[in-house]
Amino acid sequence: MTEQQKNTLPVTETRLERKKEPFDPGYFLRKNVVPIFFLVLCIIGGYYSGLSLPFLANEIITRMARNSFLVISLIIPILAGMGLNFGIVLGAMAGQFAYVVTVNWEMAGLSGFLMTCILSVPLAIVFGWLTGRLFNRAKGKEMISGIILGFFANGLYQLVCLFFMGRIIPIRVPSMLLSTGVGLRNTLDIKAMHYALDNIWKVRIKIPGFVFPIMIPMATIAVIVVLCLFIRFIVKTKLGQEFRAVGQDRHIAEVAGIKVDRVRIIAIIFSTVLAGLGQVIFLQNLGNINTYGSHVQVGTFAVAAILIGGASVKKATISQALLGTLLFHTLFIVSPLAGKNLVGDAMIGEYFRVFVTYGVIGIALALHAWQSLQQRKTVTVEAASEPVSGGGK
Amino acid sequence: MVVARLEMRGISKEYFGNKVLKSVNLSVAPGEIHALVGENGAGKSTLMNILFGMPVIRNTGGFEGKVFIDGKAVDITSPEEAMAHGIGMVHQEFMLLPGFTVTENIKLNREITRPNFASRFFGEKLETLDFYRMREDAKKALRRMELDLDEMLPVAGLPVGFMQFVEIARELDKETLNLLILDEPTAVLTESEAETLLQVMKRLSSQGISILFITHRLNEVLQVADNITVLRDGEVVAELESRKATVDQLAELMVGRKIEVTSRSERHSTENVKPVLSIRDLHVDMPGESVHGVSLDVMKGEILGIGGLAGHGKIGIANGIMGLFPSRGSVYMDGKEVRLNSPISALNSGMAFVSEDRRGTGLLLEESIELNIAVQAMQSQDKFLKKIILLRIADMKAIREHAQKMIKELDIRCTGPDQLTRRLSGGNQQKVCIAKALTLEPSILFVSEPTRGIDVGAKKIVLDLLVRLNQELGVTIVMTSSELAELRSICDRIAIIYKGRLEGILPIDASDRDFGLLMAGELSYHRKEAS
Amino acid sequence: MNRENSHKPEWSERIKEWARDFGVARSIILLFLVILLVAALIMGLPMSQLFSSILSRFGMNAILVLAMIPTIQSGTGPNFGLPLGIACGLVAAVLSIELDMRGFQALFFAVGLGALLGAVTGYLYGLLLNKVKGQEMTVGTYFGFSIVSLMCIFWFMAPFKSPEMIWPYGGSGLRVTIALQDRFDKVLNNFMEFEVFGASIPTGLLLFVAVFCLIVWIFMRSKTGVALSTVGANPRFAESCGLSVNKYRVIGSVFSQALAAVGIVIYAQTFGFIQLYMAPLYMAFFAVASVLIGGASLNRATVWHAIIGCFLFQSILVVSMPVANVLVEENLSEVARIIISNGIILYALTRREAGGDVR
Repeated sequence: MTEQQKNTLPVTETRLERKKEPFDPGYFLRKNVVPIFFLVLCIIGGYYSGLSLPFLANEIITRMARNSFLVISLIIPILAGMGLNFGIVLGAMAGQFAYVVTVNWEMAGLSGFLMTCILSVPLAIVFGWLTGRLFNRAKGKEMISGIILGFFANGLYQLVCLFFMGRIIPIRVPSMLLSTGVGLRNTLDIKAMHYALDNIWKVRIKIPGFVFPIMIPMATIAVIVVLCLFIRFIVKTKLGQEFRAVGQDRHIAEVAGIKVDRVRIIAIIFSTVLAGLGQVIFLQNLGNINTYGSHVQVGTFAVAAILIGGASVKKATISQALLGTLLFHTLFIVSPLAGKNLVGDAMIGEYFRVFVTYGVIGIALALHAWQSLQQRKTVTVEAASEPVSGGGK
Repeated sequence: MVVARLEMRGISKEYFGNKVLKSVNLSVAPGEIHALVGENGAGKSTLMNILFGMPVIRNTGGFEGKVFIDGKAVDITSPEEAMAHGIGMVHQEFMLLPGFTVTENIKLNREITRPNFASRFFGEKLETLDFYRMREDAKKALRRMELDLDEMLPVAGLPVGFMQFVEIARELDKETLNLLILDEPTAVLTESEAETLLQVMKRLSSQGISILFITHRLNEVLQVADNITVLRDGEVVAELESRKATVDQLAELMVGRKIEVTSRSERHSTENVKPVLSIRDLHVDMPGESVHGVSLDVMKGEILGIGGLAGHGKIGIANGIMGLFPSRGSVYMDGKEVRLNSPISALNSGMAFVSEDRRGTGLLLEESIELNIAVQAMQSQDKFLKKIILLRIADMKAIREHAQKMIKELDIRCTGPDQLTRRLSGGNQQKVCIAKALTLEPSILFVSEPTRGIDVGAKKIVLDLLVRLNQELGVTIVMTSSELAELRSICDRIAIIYKGRLEGILPIDASDRDFGLLMAGELSYHRKEAS
Repeated sequence: MNRENSHKPEWSERIKEWARDFGVARSIILLFLVILLVAALIMGLPMSQLFSSILSRFGMNAILVLAMIPTIQSGTGPNFGLPLGIACGLVAAVLSIELDMRGFQALFFAVGLGALLGAVTGYLYGLLLNKVKGQEMTVGTYFGFSIVSLMCIFWFMAPFKSPEMIWPYGGSGLRVTIALQDRFDKVLNNFMEFEVFGASIPTGLLLFVAVFCLIVWIFMRSKTGVALSTVGANPRFAESCGLSVNKYRVIGSVFSQALAAVGIVIYAQTFGFIQLYMAPLYMAFFAVASVLIGGASLNRATVWHAIIGCFLFQSILVVSMPVANVLVEENLSEVARIIISNGIILYALTRREAGGDVR
């Protein structure tokens, strides 16, 4: 080997650079097929619902402000490779427990709302820690474990609310309890904190020709923007890098010295705490709590929303979360009315909505499982063909 | 005299009473490239595990001997400590995250961060990544290898060779690095990539980094190494300067004669015997053990050995013929073609297989011995079934009787035919696998790595059993094994596989040198040189 | 080798092993049942009545629990997609009313047609399961949910005419619950029913269940059944035996969904009502929990696991209701049901399966 060869060899044949992909509309469509499909569905549904645009806009803005936070809370576990965190139901429970406390203390307004937020955090941390530990024992089965954990926790929640409240846990405000004096009522009135956050700053846009102006809860939106910035910030920190590393390959992360189990628990705690705050924001907008129902579907709805936005079990972005919330809730608003106008009965739209919710999750999960199966196959084929290239003949 | 960068003195190590290293000495000078060669199981990995402080060493009772770094005695108990002493290791499997860029992989878990508002309250985990400085570091590490690689490329699309360089760059980036261990770095590379790697190694050694490199490719050793240590059976059999060594000499040293042929009284001569099985141009897609066009004849009544180094495809042959991995080519059994990619037609043509993956493929660990023995014959040959009206029901009585017979004949140590196979020792599990294959009453029995993971005493029993089957029942046996000595002790002929191809067939009394050369692929190397 | 001798010292080890397999969760459940029974005795609750109620509810649910065995054994895990087969059984049952059948004719028509439809959907579902290996439980759960909501639209739109099934004052679609009193309500329960110490024994129902247990038991011992178990226990091993893994996974799914369809008809028969719309949503979870309580794991289950588990689970539900009634409120038993069933599934999910083949 001559000196000259030595210097030139690597340089000549090894220059590898990033390429800029030209815009390919076909690829764009294929990549975004899910949100585009639901966009079309929303437009058709919106047309047949017969709703006026300003009314629709108002509804959508309200629901976006109400639900985005919960949907965004799913992102970090996806990043950390734990799939869709159906366990955010526990976060929602933490939020509701916090409300039980503040209502019991007869707090009101913004201070009551803030107190609820503060109280929900430690509870959510404990719940998240427990969930994370459970998921670490069921690696690779996080999603089904999360679903079942949601049901299980709901059983415990009912046990606490129905049989402990008023008996073991003292409740001062009698109107919260059933007539027997034990167990919470079906609806918990939080009128005192209704719109506590939304009302800080609202912008009204008058549309000529319509009675109701479009109301934009700027404060709530500001909170959501802060949350989005926070998520972006987390991703850019050392911790975020660890989330991503663990999400890609637990084994390699472990070898690199990252404490995988701990990182996974932190990811779930983040998610649970955000879900708790999300539920608090959600409920202040509603004005009352369906004690035994408000939290049950939180996981399902949030998961369906983020999937409709084009996220997958392995990859999710903030914009997908927001887009998904928009599409999912638009569908939520228009489908009963569209069903009524098309088939003559609102129930059809209602059932259709439920079907879409479950169906989207089912299909997304099936696609994910199918893809990872395919991927594993191609990986093994590649591995098998490697020595061919090295074969000396 | 210069103080050695690394010196290992009198290293001995036992795994469960099995001596794998016997008083090994090794010394590497600063800036030296030192090659460590040896067969599979010679103890190279164990030695490196000791040096790198892998937990497996401590968990199995530690080791004897002393390690000196730059003349100071050190006690390395974890990989982190090894790194602190300036030792870096590139493992055979890549430890790279495909979705991360080159920079992110080089800096994995050693990211450069800067404090921010949040980190002041919640600790340094929340410090922001300093991508600019991380890129600078990555560039610097790559530049030391004189490689022109965009440090912001994702690793996923890189050619295999470059992944190797990223791994090395990661080690180089560790400020303290002065001893780099490369574990078979060229095994997965193309020739030109390997060439580039060897140059990089030289370049690094000229910068004062010592390199300890483990390989099977003897010509590479002679090309780059300054000194060579040859390990065999846990002992250092030679320390030589590469200038004075030859490939032939290394091959002979590597193999050596370990066990004298004892267990067989008479051997078959393979002349004038018809081939019972003919393999023509067989290709098998078995991950890590792929086969690229092997043609081979198996004679009736013989024991044919298939040998070669790990990863060269010897194991793929039997797995491919039995339909367990995708394969193409043609296989004839007594002149009739056997359909490939179909386990059932392989079984029906009279072949049986004892898999090297005993616990994964060979056994139902949660089921009883009797079921393990019977299932394959039941499903492929309708044995052990009785008809009740329209259904064919498992005949539990016949299964039990057969299992009891097998347990007695093969001397399977168990509490009874209903014991779970998971609770058996490795040797007895292997006997269950053999019983399972015998139940098929095969005319050819493929046996892969029959003694892997079995203790010394049981090894001999299993090998004797194979010989007995061959002599008493007339079963033709094709045995695949990484242990040449084992093959030599019972086989009639030994085929050596190199890079997925048949390198040659040798009689068992061929010289060590010949075996060594075939296994290291030196024949085809020379063939190529000549052409 | 002296095997006679080596048998004896094993007993203590076997008991230990059995205790380990039995596990903490199951011990808690058994203890809970014992406490409930003691409480019921102390409170002087009518034990004979409780007992006949347990038997009846056991028979009502047993076949749904049996439906778990083929899928668990074939390696696709507990059948969380059970609502698929249930929907088939419901369609068959509703059709039997629409065709104005009564008594055993209606029952056997519903069972037969349900099994057939269940087998067909089971085949399709099996094809899906083969595409999602490793995620069968999660995918199955949401496919089950989707089917329930899709069937809601079907119940709502289907052009059934029988006045017993549609709303009396107009409104489209079938009723939420359809009474069976003139159709096949308790025809099996009443068949050869007799009383022992005041407890009525639903002979026909128990016989019917026994026949199905026998069918499953024999099937699992047939050549096909052994192949199916082999595929579930170790796919690589099964391939080396020349078995097609995918084929036997589909067979498991077919058998399971057919059993589910039969199961829901028998459930309705004992209950006296057909429940439509969202009623089947969580049924899979109770069936899964039952077989797990009986000692099955996510990849091994026998007929005995199903029988014991179904009996234990139903006993707890039956006994806890009156006990809770006396002590606190009646809702407690419903809450206990949710906690126990999901708790046992969680326990099974987080248990490290010894030697399980993870592919």
